[in-house]
Amino acid sequence: MVAPIPGGALIAVDRLFLHERMGSVALQALAASGRKVADPKRVFATMDHIVDTRPGRTGTLVAGGQAFLDATRTMTRAAAIRLFDIGDADQGIVHVIGPELGLALPGSTIACPDSHTCSQGAIGAFAWGIGSSDAEHAMATGTIRMQRPRTMRITVTGRLTATAKDLALHIIAAHGADGGQGFAVEYAGDTVRAMDVEARLTLCNMSTEFGAVTATIAPDDTVIDWLRGREFAPKGALWDRAVAAWRTLASDEGATFDREIAIDAATVAPMISWGTSPEQSVAFGAVASSNAYMSVTGTVAGLPIDVAFIGSCTNGRLSDLRRAAALLGGRHVAPGVQALVVPGSSAVKRAAEAEGLDRIFIAAGFEWRESGCAMCFNAGGETFAPGSRVVSSTNRNFEGRQGPGVRTHIASPETVAASAVMGVLTDPRRLSAPSLAA
Amino acid sequence: MTVFPPVTTVTARPAPLRRDNIDTDAIIPSREITSVGKTGLAAGLFAGWRYRAGTRDPDPDFVLNDPRYAGTAILLGGPNFGCGSSREHAVWALHEYGVRVVIAPGFAPIFAANCVRNGVLPLVLDAAFVDAPLTVDLAAQTVVQEERVWTFAIAAEAKTMLLGGLDAIDLTLNDAPAISDWTARDRVARPWIYIAAAV
Repeated sequence: MVAPIPGGALIAVDRLFLHERMGSVALQALAASGRKVADPKRVFATMDHIVDTRPGRTGTLVAGGQAFLDATRTMTRAAAIRLFDIGDADQGIVHVIGPELGLALPGSTIACPDSHTCSQGAIGAFAWGIGSSDAEHAMATGTIRMQRPRTMRITVTGRLTATAKDLALHIIAAHGADGGQGFAVEYAGDTVRAMDVEARLTLCNMSTEFGAVTATIAPDDTVIDWLRGREFAPKGALWDRAVAAWRTLASDEGATFDREIAIDAATVAPMISWGTSPEQSVAFGAVASSNAYMSVTGTVAGLPIDVAFIGSCTNGRLSDLRRAAALLGGRHVAPGVQALVVPGSSAVKRAAEAEGLDRIFIAAGFEWRESGCAMCFNAGGETFAPGSRVVSSTNRNFEGRQGPGVRTHIASPETVAASAVMGVLTDPRRLSAPSLAA
Repeated sequence: MTVFPPVTTVTARPAPLRRDNIDTDAIIPSREITSVGKTGLAAGLFAGWRYRAGTRDPDPDFVLNDPRYAGTAILLGGPNFGCGSSREHAVWALHEYGVRVVIAPGFAPIFAANCVRNGVLPLVLDAAFVDAPLTVDLAAQTVVQEERVWTFAIAAEAKTMLLGGLDAIDLTLNDAPAISDWTARDRVARPWIYIAAAV
């Protein structure tokens, strides 16, 4: 905190991440105002939102989209900002590469003009989504003016047999898409402690769908071991000093929160959305309501699907692909279903290929793509036919999100894989797999 | 420096759009964002609802296509208005269309912050208005419709910014010395934050 402001503080921004869709606008507006980037070394940009994800890509399939790529290249070069461009080994979805490269660190502040920035709180950072104007502000001043959020602790205890995605949808369905509105959420409890970093990233990612300002998990050995040796993480003596500081970052014993929620992990089952808000989700086996846009009346399991999509900042990491591939085994996608896997980053893609996951997906009938946000949302490029039903490991089932008239069901990668094989929305527990634990 | 017209008093017949969770994809679909900039967005406002599927023909069932509400400066939304994507284009589109106040029981945090940066008042109020003009007075923090008066709460910072049409960057740069002092101290306290680009 640099200085107090009414109701909040001027917060120093340790990492400002930009992407071509919003970062380009902020960079251009900043240049037009005649202001300079205060510290370009704390700003990083990537190409993820509208880049083509087909093999051999060179640009974007979005009409008018090339201007966003061009502006991002020109402006980052002029401002001496590091850009992870198409073809760069470090390119990927911003919330996947931030932690993966060790740019997101415990105790750091991370802002990005993208709502899913809260994902990176899983590292023990304070990470939150902002608009373009605040991105401009962060570049010009190195800070953001922020109102103090209320605090919420969500304590999850017991053995989780479903995934982090299911847990997130369980929380949102139970407490509403605005259940966390205006809160900084801390996830705690032995279930969360037992989660690997990628599952934590998924859990924190969905917090914006809960209305939260940000989400975080106290950094522990799991996070510290995961970060060690990453490209931008501190090394040597500096690493030891940083770790000593990070170990002091947990909430105090007896800390009080404005709101507390307790979740018994044993009550969390594989979830599937039935409506057009993430809060409109149910456990497989439970009865959904009706939704005209989605053409859903009562039961979602068994509805025939047209598309199965695995990817996104929510579920496009290596462990997500591993679990989906494990569930596929030697099975094949049902006839008539288009199935795609879009790795969350170029590094995820390389790692998946190194262990042969690409071959499992391709043999099963999935397309194997280059990394990016892809069809998580429709910017005017690739989409699906109006009225088509998509099961998607993404974060938003909003009306028209994946294209005009497209019906999106959000779920875990396991559920997407199981549904792809069966050709209908399918509870992944119906297909045997080594483990569904996230 | 002012960056947008100050929001002081606004009078209009509000357009009721009272569904839950109106997301920023609904306010402006991503495919309506076709140039790098903050303008040219009003035509895309609520495009998925405002036009008949696959056309630019107005859908007469959509509230803003009703002549009584077309071009209104006040929108009545439902709970969790502005959820979803952080795209500031949602606010730019609303502002360009002429909306200066959105009244809703609750707002998504990023959308509300974006409103304050662009001269749109996110007014938190859950009230049963009638179908008649109303007046919002930001300085007095009141909403008046016919004989009834409601008061509303707003953060002091947001109120100051909106009443003054203020540029947040200008305001913060008044604290430039405090920022440099803080950063100099932080470079010593947390040097690992500042090494990234040297790698």
